[in-house]
Amino acid sequence: MQRRRSSKTPKQPLHVFHKSQTDLSAWRKGGRINPEKSLQNNLSSNDQKYDSQESSLEQALSYLEKVQNPVALKKNTVLQKHLATVESTALQQGLPPEAFEILLSVVLSGKFVDTVNTRLLKSLIPTSVIPENSLVTAVSWLCASKCSSSIQLLFLRWLITVFDFIDHKEQLHALYGFFFSFLQDEKMCPYICHLLYLLTRKESGESHLCELETILFLILFGMQSYLQALLSLYKLFCPEQVTITLPGKMKTYFKNSEGPWKAAIAAVRQRNQGTSPLSQAVFLGTSQPQSRKRKWNAQLVIPASSTNTNNLEEDREKSSVESYSANESFPVEQLRTFPQLLQNIHCLEFPSQMGSVLTNPLLLHYMNCVKDESIYLRLYYWMGQMLQEECTWCVVDNPNEEEFKSFLNTVYKAECFLQEGLADCEEFLYRTLPLWDGVCCRSEVLRLVSWIPLSSVSDIKSYLYDPLAQLFYTSSIYFKCSVLETLKQLLQNWLNCNVIQMDSEFSSLNTTLSGLVNVVAELVHFVGRISTIALRLENNSTFLLYFILDFYETVCDMYLKYNLPLLILPPAGVFYPALLCMDSVNLNQLCYIMYRYRTNLVAAKENELSKKKILQFKFSNQTYQEYNQYITAMVGCLWTSSVFQKDIHPQGLRMDDELLSKTAVKELKTSFNIVYHPAMMGYSVHFLQQACPDDTTFNFRLIKGKKWDWYLEYLYAQGLEGLKVFIESSISRVSQAARSKAENMQM
Amino acid sequence: REKQGLRRGKRERKRRRRRLLPSGRPPQRWRRRRGPARGLTGGGSNVFFLLFSPPPPPQEIVDPQKTAFLLRKAWTLYSVTPLYRFHRARLRDYARLLSAFIAAEKQKGLAVEVGVELDIRVTVSSIAELRGSEQDQPAVLVQLSSRSRASSRSSEDKLVWSGCFCSVFGDDLSENVLEGFTCLPLFLTHGAESYTSMVGRWFQKTFDCCFRRLAISPLNLSWMVAMWAGSKLDRAASAVELVFSVPRLLQPLDISYAIHPEDAKELWDTVQKTPGEITQEEVDVFMDCLYSHFHRHFKIHLSAAKLVKVSTAVASAHCDGIVKLLHSQYFLGVLMILTELAISQIQ
Repeated sequence: MQRRRSSKTPKQPLHVFHKSQTDLSAWRKGGRINPEKSLQNNLSSNDQKYDSQESSLEQALSYLEKVQNPVALKKNTVLQKHLATVESTALQQGLPPEAFEILLSVVLSGKFVDTVNTRLLKSLIPTSVIPENSLVTAVSWLCASKCSSSIQLLFLRWLITVFDFIDHKEQLHALYGFFFSFLQDEKMCPYICHLLYLLTRKESGESHLCELETILFLILFGMQSYLQALLSLYKLFCPEQVTITLPGKMKTYFKNSEGPWKAAIAAVRQRNQGTSPLSQAVFLGTSQPQSRKRKWNAQLVIPASSTNTNNLEEDREKSSVESYSANESFPVEQLRTFPQLLQNIHCLEFPSQMGSVLTNPLLLHYMNCVKDESIYLRLYYWMGQMLQEECTWCVVDNPNEEEFKSFLNTVYKAECFLQEGLADCEEFLYRTLPLWDGVCCRSEVLRLVSWIPLSSVSDIKSYLYDPLAQLFYTSSIYFKCSVLETLKQLLQNWLNCNVIQMDSEFSSLNTTLSGLVNVVAELVHFVGRISTIALRLENNSTFLLYFILDFYETVCDMYLKYNLPLLILPPAGVFYPALLCMDSVNLNQLCYIMYRYRTNLVAAKENELSKKKILQFKFSNQTYQEYNQYITAMVGCLWTSSVFQKDIHPQGLRMDDELLSKTAVKELKTSFNIVYHPAMMGYSVHFLQQACPDDTTFNFRLIKGKKWDWYLEYLYAQGLEGLKVFIESSISRVSQAARSKAENMQM
Repeated sequence: REKQGLRRGKRERKRRRRRLLPSGRPPQRWRRRRGPARGLTGGGSNVFFLLFSPPPPPQEIVDPQKTAFLLRKAWTLYSVTPLYRFHRARLRDYARLLSAFIAAEKQKGLAVEVGVELDIRVTVSSIAELRGSEQDQPAVLVQLSSRSRASSRSSEDKLVWSGCFCSVFGDDLSENVLEGFTCLPLFLTHGAESYTSMVGRWFQKTFDCCFRRLAISPLNLSWMVAMWAGSKLDRAASAVELVFSVPRLLQPLDISYAIHPEDAKELWDTVQKTPGEITQEEVDVFMDCLYSHFHRHFKIHLSAAKLVKVSTAVASAHCDGIVKLLHSQYFLGVLMILTELAISQIQ
């Protein structure tokens, strides 16, 4: 058929090829027009020519549907254009369900010449499903025999190939007799046999058996293999009715009817689904583990199938009367919707391979409801083996990095869904992190790290912190930031899990709480250490600081938000770089964090004093002291310009007067506050320009008294909310003396 | 909460492995002591003992006929995670289902009736003799034989493939497993890989288990050669042979190093301090002696090459995970160390 087509219309395939190329380039560019491309004048003008010729699929379909008289292809450029559209769309994205009825009717009604019909049939590649109705229409056209026999054959081959894409098959089963009648057609017989083989159920076999036998005898060319195959199926369903003895050994089955579609369908699915390994094999249920290079023992994506093989024999042994009525379990293959899950939750069984739950959200729901350790153990064994077997940086010559990535992603999604880390994943990370280069599957691995479950301090330290720290110090700033982001997620996951547990098992709180506090404290200290070093390594990078402060935003609220009696202040190596940073975003964030620390500490103090709750944990005085030291430094730095005198933190900014005088800065007393702070300089300049437009000397001393208040209002209006809450909470503005200001806010 | 419990169980399990194995074992002749060099996670300096005990304790029970099929064949090794819902009473049913599965795989998509006579006959049987202790599950032997087409009546079926699930002193795994799981962590196959894959896939589907090839690291190979070279043999033994491959060469270069078994034993006896116990240190000394001897004669440092195969009169083992059991007296001991390797790959 291929040959005939090309000999008749030699130019057409070329045309299509061009078109698909332009489409591809447009897709690559992502819709943006690259000016450099216009250098290739010839090409782009060509493109435009084709673009203008191009029609949309809708237009093409409606044209094909409406054309009344049979038209020749050669001279009809409109038809050529629309035909090409259908073909290229089909090859690129596949056809939508609604296109099938139109196209099948067009093809089988014999409106066009066979060349057109063939081309249309060959482009019937589904994007998702093929509606059953379109096939009923098609079969009725087939029975009308309006098209040539070669088109009929091609249609049958197509139907066999796409059989698994048909959304329902009830009505097709109703047409069983029609198909059956085609058995007498010598040419169609092999394909009809194959189709019937696919369609046959127990009932249909019974009713058509006698006919088939008659046909068998009528057909003098004897027992063809395809008839044998069909008959063997009938014999399987009702052995007592098939009197013909079939040869014990069958060698050949059906002719390969995959035709031109199979590869195209696979390509379309691959393209539409991206790199997902959930490929057509799973969809069609015809996984071919050996045809790909995949090993037989490592299948990363498993379709859910019920455990029937295991129970089959038991059912058989029981008397056939009682079977299937009482304890019928709902097959997981049929589980599609959430209502189905709810209706059948009492008789649902887990699939034969637990690995399949990962890609099945409904089963994950079910897993959440069932308290059975064995399901976790099964998943644990399977996942542990898969992770080790496929790990791209542990196994030499493993080319399937993309596949492994997507597997890690699937695991991560399942963990997010279950809201808990899986034990095998934890062990996998512990085992492989020391070997990890920090590049391979980076984001996937780090995401999994964020779901490592709480465990003992020593385990986490030696298996997670140590290898992670090594990578952290030696990698780029972007890696550092992603690690910090991950650790923030990890902390939040731990805290969230803890909140849930505290709600559910209040009694065992005593035992778990101290352990939790220790582990969380260790994590916060760890982040404090690596942040301090990272800030030095990266020259106090603003970007890095942002991620560090983001982590502390969670830390400062642990007491109030997560009910955890633990507050840890950032180390001086983080606090001072943040305080002296050059950008207002980080400074604002630091202000907000210190405000939240204050709120948490005040709340803790109140609880302690009122003694409403019996507290097992008290914040040590050291925490309060440290907070006060920081706050003194902050107030000195942002408000009173006294940071060089007042700061009492050992690693702080305190400087002797003599040393300060050597800097030769005039008016030291007023030269370091929200006006002069390098991060605020931009605002103060702007403010001055607006408040005193006449003054061109940038006399910052003008900002005082009432203007100081205006300046504050101006800053708040600029979105510095953190600064606002900090100043309003920590600085008492009633008293005038700077000293008392600082002391009032101390606790 | 139960999930939590499971996880905690896991961790304890891990730790226990690093500590000591439970006592109460049958009298041992050799013990194996491992240093920190083990595995990826096996950090820490705790030394622990593993038992290595040929000949098996209740020697009179073992019927040499029943286990003779294991000897003098090249077996490919796999590790298998515990089988879920494996019922020993239904081995016959399993055989029927498996043979139908194999027929279906071969016919690609055609329906197959369960239970009829098919080209490949499957037998699944239990070998109670093949285990280390009472705690071990009896081994399961799967055999595929093809019917001779010419004379259908004759029972002369040709054995085409066999696979054996077993566990020899695998308590490490089995004592921590829940009810409903059967621990047979070591899987040996002999025959075409295509059959291995079919049988394996059926087991994976039916019992939700995982198979992985079990490679043997050079470190473990050196352990094996030290253990086996030192074993007492009554009959004249074949040479102890070590095969090394030299990495990063354009042309592959293998070096074979054969030692007279009596010399090897003598050397080992001078190295081993406590009878019935082997330490990593002793293995290292033993290997170093062999290396320095080789260096004196050929000026080649074998320690820089990779040990790929060892063979002794007891057994031979290749790093790709292929072993040959050669001595009926010691095969349980060999299976024991292989079981241990399989378990460490699973956990």
